[in-house]
Amino acid sequence: MTANSQSPAPLRRSIRRRRVRDRLIEALLLAAGLVAVFTTLAIVWILVVEALPFFEHVPLRDFLTDTMWTPLFAEPRYGILPLVAGTLVTTFVALAVAIPAGTTIAIYLSEFASHRLRETVKPALEMLGAVPTIVYGYFALVMVTPFLQKLIPGLPGFNMLSAGLVIGVMIVPYVASVSEDAMRAVPNYMREGSYAMGATRLQTAMRVVMPGALSGIAAAYILGISRAVGETMVVAVAAGLQPNLTWNPTESAATITAFIVQVSLGDLPHDSIGYQSIFAAGLVLLIVTLAFNIAGFALTRRFREAY
Amino acid sequence: MATVAQDPALQAIRAGVGRRKLFDAIFVIIGLLVMIAALAVLCVLFLDLVVQGAPRLNWDFLTSYASRKAENAGILAAWVGTSLIMVVTACVAMPVGVAAAVYLEEYAPKNWFTAIIEINVTNLAGVPSIIYGLLALGLFVYKFNLGQSIAAAGLTLALLILPIVIVATREAVRAVPRAIREAAYALGATRWEVTAHHVLPYSMGGVLTGMIIGLSRAIGETAPIITIGALSFIAFLPSPPVTAEFPFLSFAWLKDAFTAMPIQMFNWVSRPDPAFRVNAAAAGATLLGMTLLMNGIAIWLRFRFRKRINW
Amino acid sequence: MATQTIEVNEVASAMRGSHAGGTDRLRVAVEGERAVAGGAAVKARASGLNFFYGGTQALKGLDMEIRDRQVTALIGPSGCGKSTFLRCFNRMHDLTPHTRYEGSIHLYPDDIDLIAKDVDPIEVRMRIGMVFQKPNPFPKTIFENVAYGLRVRGMRSKALIEEEVEKALRDAAIWDEVKDRLNDSGLSLSGGQQQRLCIARALATNPEMLLFDEPTSALDPIATARIEELITALRERVTVLIVTHNMQQAARVSDYTAFMYLGELIEFDVTSRLFTNPGRKATEDYITGRYG
Repeated sequence: MTANSQSPAPLRRSIRRRRVRDRLIEALLLAAGLVAVFTTLAIVWILVVEALPFFEHVPLRDFLTDTMWTPLFAEPRYGILPLVAGTLVTTFVALAVAIPAGTTIAIYLSEFASHRLRETVKPALEMLGAVPTIVYGYFALVMVTPFLQKLIPGLPGFNMLSAGLVIGVMIVPYVASVSEDAMRAVPNYMREGSYAMGATRLQTAMRVVMPGALSGIAAAYILGISRAVGETMVVAVAAGLQPNLTWNPTESAATITAFIVQVSLGDLPHDSIGYQSIFAAGLVLLIVTLAFNIAGFALTRRFREAY
Repeated sequence: MATVAQDPALQAIRAGVGRRKLFDAIFVIIGLLVMIAALAVLCVLFLDLVVQGAPRLNWDFLTSYASRKAENAGILAAWVGTSLIMVVTACVAMPVGVAAAVYLEEYAPKNWFTAIIEINVTNLAGVPSIIYGLLALGLFVYKFNLGQSIAAAGLTLALLILPIVIVATREAVRAVPRAIREAAYALGATRWEVTAHHVLPYSMGGVLTGMIIGLSRAIGETAPIITIGALSFIAFLPSPPVTAEFPFLSFAWLKDAFTAMPIQMFNWVSRPDPAFRVNAAAAGATLLGMTLLMNGIAIWLRFRFRKRINW
Repeated sequence: MATQTIEVNEVASAMRGSHAGGTDRLRVAVEGERAVAGGAAVKARASGLNFFYGGTQALKGLDMEIRDRQVTALIGPSGCGKSTFLRCFNRMHDLTPHTRYEGSIHLYPDDIDLIAKDVDPIEVRMRIGMVFQKPNPFPKTIFENVAYGLRVRGMRSKALIEEEVEKALRDAAIWDEVKDRLNDSGLSLSGGQQQRLCIARALATNPEMLLFDEPTSALDPIATARIEELITALRERVTVLIVTHNMQQAARVSDYTAFMYLGELIEFDVTSRLFTNPGRKATEDYITGRYG
């Protein structure tokens, strides 16, 4: 009984020691948490600092309105529009695949599939999302493009259609899993209310579950857009590296990300305008994806609060 | 009964039910088809890479350097580079990610400051990987003077997967019931003791799963490493991490130039010569095999740990 | 009377300073105070205790004495604040943000105020053990569950730890059931065994007082009976404060009973008297099942 009863003084000393250790560790943990904050600050800071000299050289008006992007030519032009157009076209093609497919899978898994099927399919989809993007690039260039060339005669070897389709496949798991989470968050009593009225599963899914999960599904789409916009390797491999102001997906064109890769592959000196131009392009990319991400997260928060 | 069946209202209902059931059945078929198509892409992709790359998928491929001749080229420098980068990434992302997650779950007071950290973590998860590459180029390569080194690449990928590790760890930590924490506190444990003796050990399964998934993402990341300026033609290995003399460990490799699996594959894919496509396929099969293996392990671990601890 | 109490405390702290046995120390103190109070000595005294969750007041001006090595039961309808009161004794509320104590809970014989700002909650928890509503063993071995409190105190000696663990398991009347499987997970035990393991875990560090928060509400009647027997036996060596929603249980195990309602202490008396001859109408209504 007495062996372990310590007299207060040593006990208090040991507690004090443990308290001090706790405080030190808390400071360390906080520092780790701050890494996230500093990373964001560093990203913004680096992009702005490195892009500033570019904007001293190129007026913002030209940057936003010029229709040619040829920073590495003898007579350089600095209009971001062709890169933005390329990005928009590939993103649009990607969404045309990912939204219907992702939503269908989400509805099926959430409303129709048995527990066992769901537990089997979800990890498999996760694997689909884990495939390295460079492998998807190979897939687009070596498999999808030759197949499309049979359907669309005259399709160039590099084209945005093939790249966009593959990006679409790539973000299907993402759209599906975020939408499914949203649908599963819709409480069961709402489904039961619908079933009690004689609705079928599909009617319940379409008229009760989907409207109930709307903000979550919208978030899934928006976050999917952000992924498609930021995707790099597929477009760099399969869509071509030539900036081209076109809205036709069967043409070859560069995206913002592909341009950054193209410049990085070369050996540009640190202070050249070419080097600075990739930071300017990166800044545009960051602003666009950030806007989508913020909208997406705001929507997710809203549907989490709803139930 | 017969008269009831002839009731026109009832017949209309039955016809409607029949039609709606048909829609249900059609949707089930479409849903299954879409799912099968998506999963078929995965299978076709992997099989095609293996079949296309088969001529090069042998021991020589793993033990040769890159070469101008497609049939002599191998991925030795690439897989060694990738492995060393993963060591750096794991050594940085694991402690920082777990510590940040523990801070957010166990320590952080609910205030605007914590909210800022949380928003940053979610936001970083959505930043395109190539932006991390630009960050690394400006910060690690030039400002920190790390050059185009393994250390720069490892740190970049560590930052990239940090949100994945943090989110996975937070989820695992949150799954430890409050009652367990209270039991430890009631015995006089401090916050850190509760965390280190109980919360972290009991959530290790989830933490490991998150780490493996993070690394499997990092292993295939190409864009940020290209942006740093990794060389794709490297016919030498980084300095060995283990040396014959005391202290037997060397960190010179951290500053060495490198190439990595996805870079090597990108290089081969981009060449017009079809012979290199075979190499690309072989490298792709290896890379995809590694990624799928890691994800498989993660899924299995998650399944096992979920079964094991039943609070 | 006041001077006498001080003397008692001095004796007690002198004994503790010289590493006297806990039992002897308590006996001296108890015999001293018993002379003062005319019954069992006072182990703890809550005075003017208020407790707030944010802006809501959960406890209102509680005054109550806990007798040394007696079982005191807290009864009352759900939400009456009995668990909140219990958790003040080992400062569990400190783990929740925006909580506030007012008043004092003095622990005797050394007369420290458990809820004072300058008293370390960790020290308080090391002296006052707690057993929870739902059995919550750590997912560690049975042995490590019981040894944990000792290890937190910095005990290193393997032999000593083994000795203390065995003693705690015996005191918790579970030794015979687990002595051959000390390395099995604590979660492999049945619910009732888990709860006795949790009691052993709390006893291992030799607490002066043990808090029970509805310890049998998650157990079947047989397991409940064993825990009740155990609590009755524990009275020999430790002061027990138990929250229960089961009036029969309070009547069976406790020496004193406090009836609480809406955060206030309505009535406090010797158990037999409170149940047979309640002084207040509200108490009578509650124990006769008219509400709650």
